[in-house]
Amino acid sequence: MNQETDFTNLAKSSGEWLRGTGPESDIVISSRIRLARNLADFPFIRRCSDEDRDSIERTVRARMEAMEDWKDIRYIDIEELSEVDRQFLVERQLISREIADADGSRAVAVDPGEQYSVMINEEDHLRIQVMQSGLDLQAAWARIDALDDKLEGSILYAFHQKYGYLTACPTNVGTGLRVSVMLHLPALVITRQIEKVFRSMQRINVTVRGLYGEGSQYSGDFYQVSNQVTLGHSEKSLLALVGDEVVPQIIQYERKARAFLIEQNQQDLHDDVSRAMGILSTAKKISSEETMHYLSKVRMGVNLGLISDVEVATINKLFIHTQPAHLQKLHGRVLGSSDRNVQRATYLQRHLTGRQGKGELN
Amino acid sequence: MKCQYCEKPATFHITELTEPSGPKIMHLCEEHARGFLQKESDSPVASVTNALAKQLQLGQSKKELAELDQKECPVCGISFFEFRNTGRLGCPYDYSFFEADLVPLLRNIHDAVEHVGKRPRRLAASADSQAEMIQLRREMEEAVELEDYERASEIRDELKRMERELSIPASDDDDASSSEGENQS
Repeated sequence: MNQETDFTNLAKSSGEWLRGTGPESDIVISSRIRLARNLADFPFIRRCSDEDRDSIERTVRARMEAMEDWKDIRYIDIEELSEVDRQFLVERQLISREIADADGSRAVAVDPGEQYSVMINEEDHLRIQVMQSGLDLQAAWARIDALDDKLEGSILYAFHQKYGYLTACPTNVGTGLRVSVMLHLPALVITRQIEKVFRSMQRINVTVRGLYGEGSQYSGDFYQVSNQVTLGHSEKSLLALVGDEVVPQIIQYERKARAFLIEQNQQDLHDDVSRAMGILSTAKKISSEETMHYLSKVRMGVNLGLISDVEVATINKLFIHTQPAHLQKLHGRVLGSSDRNVQRATYLQRHLTGRQGKGELN
Repeated sequence: MKCQYCEKPATFHITELTEPSGPKIMHLCEEHARGFLQKESDSPVASVTNALAKQLQLGQSKKELAELDQKECPVCGISFFEFRNTGRLGCPYDYSFFEADLVPLLRNIHDAVEHVGKRPRRLAASADSQAEMIQLRREMEEAVELEDYERASEIRDELKRMERELSIPASDDDDASSSEGENQS
């Protein structure tokens, strides 16, 4: 299968992590763990020659391809991809914006279920990532730990007895571990409690980031919580900090806010959610920003039982599939912003109502 | 981690999303965070480079700083000046070569300076042997460029031998991660 066909097929599917299942999946979209690793016998990326990068890429690829149980791996040469294809992988969260925009040899290895991705020559030689639907950091850790063990069987990592896994940036040294949980918190935003909630979590070492949609457009209802430090704490204690301490608290606050909204204002809330559904399923053109905004409301409506006959998995999928590069891959050609707005509306309509319109995507 | 404006612990890690140049991360104590959240203007850049700048201002004279800036890693050639401007190191050996200046920075960022947790089952015997491997690789690339393939293949064999022989089983038991780290979160 050539890369073009491969990507078009990929565009029609969605990764396991968007299934909308798993613990707390009404609020937690996904759990992600990444490990930063470097080869012991190369400089860090910043000081690598072109030959070094080629050599790292070839070495890692050969060793990964030789690994058992890793036969179905899809190995993608990022340097050879068009801008749309790179953007497509960024939208699917399989690669970072940084590696998409970089120069020189670089690649990503992805498994068919898109649970694993291993970026080669990002900020560090290896960025190993595991994604999981819902809040299940233990399962994600078991997976990434096993993959890391396999890789270190054939790759000698840069490691210091005192400072641990050595990374290009001192903010990642030690475990090289970043645990990130993506949360959907519309009720805390509506009730204007979001800032207060984050402010109440003072003593803890976590970072909270809002998520971005198209370009640098900020999408207000999605937040990513990650550990701040990587040195001086074990992987297990960092997982526990994010997964057992911080995230459950935020979930509890969001649930309370949702219950409050239902109790105090069910009619208004139902109206708001239904209007969002109405716009998404009848608009003839719609921007990425509007789509994110209304999909967020609909997702909450589905989880609160205000909207039936739409699956959370469908909504999750729509968040990704209505983004620019996905629309273009699905449509099979490059589309300008205004054409995308039309295609986006058609795509939404088909998936939310099952109705087939004229000239639409497959 | 300390507040980027004062000596108090930073208890707020805020990502500012309204900057035209992209997100900015800030580490603030309660008081400065309150001020920031009320005002939300003049958002400072918080990064390794800022933490370093602060650390260097506190600890060193201009002359000392100028000397430190010129210090260059013998393996990758990165200068301390380049590191503090980009926030990125050049090779694994930098952690040993710049150790004295990196340790306060690590304490500032992580509030700790020693790794607790997973260790690879085999690792290069020492920082020096890792550095030697990087240098040999450079020599090999130069040999290839000069079309001295015999020398290049000698070095390749030497590198393979080193990877085999220098990698030693990590001494600590597998449970190190679960025991020591739990109490520190």
